[in-house]
Amino acid sequence: MSGANDSAAYALDHLDVLESEAVHVFREVVGEFDRPVLLFSGGKDSVVMLHLAAKAFAPSPVPFPVLHVDTGHNFPEVLTYRDETVDRVGVRLVVTYVQDWIDDGRLKERADGTRNPLQTIPLLESIVSGKYDAVFGGGRRDEEKARAKERFFSLRDEFGQWDPRRQRPELWDVYNGRRRPGEHVRVFPLSNWTELDVWRYIEREQIVLPDLYYSHEREVFARDGMWLTPGDWGGPKEGEELVTRTVRYRTVGDMSCTGAVESEATSVADVIVEVAASRLTERGATRADDRMSEAAMEDRKREGYF
Amino acid sequence: MTHDLLRFATAGSVDDGKSTLVGRLLHDTKSVLADQLAAIERVSTERGMEVADLALLTDGLRAEREQGITIDVAYRYFSTTTRSFILADTPGHVQYTRNMVTGASTAELALILIDVRHGVVEQTRRHTAIAALLGVRHIAVTVNKMDLVDYSQERFEALEADFKKVANSLGIEDVVAIPVSALVGDNVVDRSDRTPWYQGPTLLEFLEEVQVGIDPRDQPFRLPVQYVNRPRTAEHPDFRGYSGRISSGSVAVGDEIVVASLRRSTRVTAIDVVGEPTDVAFAPQSVTIQLADDIDIDRGDVIAAVEQPPRLTREITATICVLSDTSISAGQRLLARIGPKTVRVIVGSVVDRLDLETLEHAAHTDELTTNDVGTITLRFADEIAIDNYDDLRTTGAFILVDDQDGSTLAGGMTRS
Repeated sequence: MSGANDSAAYALDHLDVLESEAVHVFREVVGEFDRPVLLFSGGKDSVVMLHLAAKAFAPSPVPFPVLHVDTGHNFPEVLTYRDETVDRVGVRLVVTYVQDWIDDGRLKERADGTRNPLQTIPLLESIVSGKYDAVFGGGRRDEEKARAKERFFSLRDEFGQWDPRRQRPELWDVYNGRRRPGEHVRVFPLSNWTELDVWRYIEREQIVLPDLYYSHEREVFARDGMWLTPGDWGGPKEGEELVTRTVRYRTVGDMSCTGAVESEATSVADVIVEVAASRLTERGATRADDRMSEAAMEDRKREGYF
Repeated sequence: MTHDLLRFATAGSVDDGKSTLVGRLLHDTKSVLADQLAAIERVSTERGMEVADLALLTDGLRAEREQGITIDVAYRYFSTTTRSFILADTPGHVQYTRNMVTGASTAELALILIDVRHGVVEQTRRHTAIAALLGVRHIAVTVNKMDLVDYSQERFEALEADFKKVANSLGIEDVVAIPVSALVGDNVVDRSDRTPWYQGPTLLEFLEEVQVGIDPRDQPFRLPVQYVNRPRTAEHPDFRGYSGRISSGSVAVGDEIVVASLRRSTRVTAIDVVGEPTDVAFAPQSVTIQLADDIDIDRGDVIAAVEQPPRLTREITATICVLSDTSISAGQRLLARIGPKTVRVIVGSVVDRLDLETLEHAAHTDELTTNDVGTITLRFADEIAIDNYDDLRTTGAFILVDDQDGSTLAGGMTRS
């Protein structure tokens, strides 16, 4: 230790502090709950979450399974990435298919073809049938202003509902996971991270992501000011013209409502420069579902969305 | 050069211009993005306002926007080239004391607003008292609306002196006063040429430069154990590690430590920081440590420096702030959470209630109700390892939980 007398040797970088905080939250949940599960879509936040979970419990394996609600409109390359990643890390993957719910009539396809709002009920049913008492999500407070009020531990009733007025105050690093039968807790270890922090961490830890997070040529069409990828989900419609653009995705979700942005960023370093200079938020640029109204996210969270 | 993290809390009300100041800080550090700005401009126009209401940036809930008030703590994030910031934006009114307590509990610095025309008022004393109670050791007081008093040096300096008296009487030594106009932007991010008499830093310069960290070598080592790591895999058949986040001090391989509640001491044989082996680790790193002897350590036990262990006791006196609608009174049976430890507790007595505006203690109080701050005694079902909050924030703090519905009733700080 060259710097034993150097105070800088006892100072932490902000990413180290955020990492330590997230690991602390993971360990609290495993210490307090019987059946945690981590939501894993192959999107960058969930990939960072799984990476943190692996570090938190090393040299033991990750002590909980991962769950994916497959809308049926996921990018095929992301699903491939998802399967490879869970194999490599050695966790069990549980998948719930929204398509099953539509096929047997429990859910109806929306007129606009978007399946993002349809995820909520299959998610809640999966939580009940899996008897999960804590569900990890990659939500961050910087994403959206209703999320800015979210706690690390967010208590949900048996309908999965979020009641912002009944939230438990969270002091210091004491997280109250006490719950009654039927209730579960959503847990957000990345609460204090920003989009830029996530990317800097991906760079530092050399985390591999699905290729569509980086610049590539793709056939897309314009809708609601976003570049969407054509597919079985219902695009393009008549009058919507397919063009080839150099794009990347800032978020990865349901193909029907996740837009690509024009970008030349081919590496993590390029993305960091681009995100730092961006004049639009991640969700504002790429998520049609959040544009529905001023309180779109708050309303969906109240209904049990993440 | 490390890029570090500063957590700070703001306190103040709409009248002091808090939302404008926070909005200005976010706006001038380019932390407000075009789509956010467009959204608040659209809503402001719909409501017939002439300029964008920056308060809409932080008021995230429908009820808050409709009523034009901040109900809950809002966390905001911004960064400069040298530092990242987490800002806990808390409402200032007396009925939201609990939210300010929540926001201040994780803050290293408090930013308190004063309207230069009104000076140090009751609300200022209350905000400063809460910051002091929660162990916030640094205060930046922004003297706002300087444009309305013609940037008077005399008015600013009188106020600075008044405030320092209040802060010092509460035990806060590190106070910096900054003359600003949040509306115009003077001395928030950019230096103003209208205050040539002011030689100090702008608010952002101050936030970037202030040293709030405690050197881990100045505090005794504490590791509250969250999780006992036993893989029992073919690769690691005998591994037994104790995982947690170091809450204070530092630890090195070879150090003598004590498992406080078991009164057993042993030696550290290995440390890893989130999966990477190391010789030395310090607060606030998350670690897994291995020990020379097999000791039956559980979640909630505290591993500590052998020469400065925590106190072992079944009774404490503490300051609490009541966070819920349930009152706290003598004889109540509750649960206490001290870090990862859960223990049954009985409220012994309510000693006094603190009037946050006059800073006087009113004795002979039967109960403490919502937003009350006061002193109580507690009796634990088991002996617990605990520190005084003013010495060690994490291992001196606790919450009280309702055993029936699980709600968080109060936050507490151990005094003796």
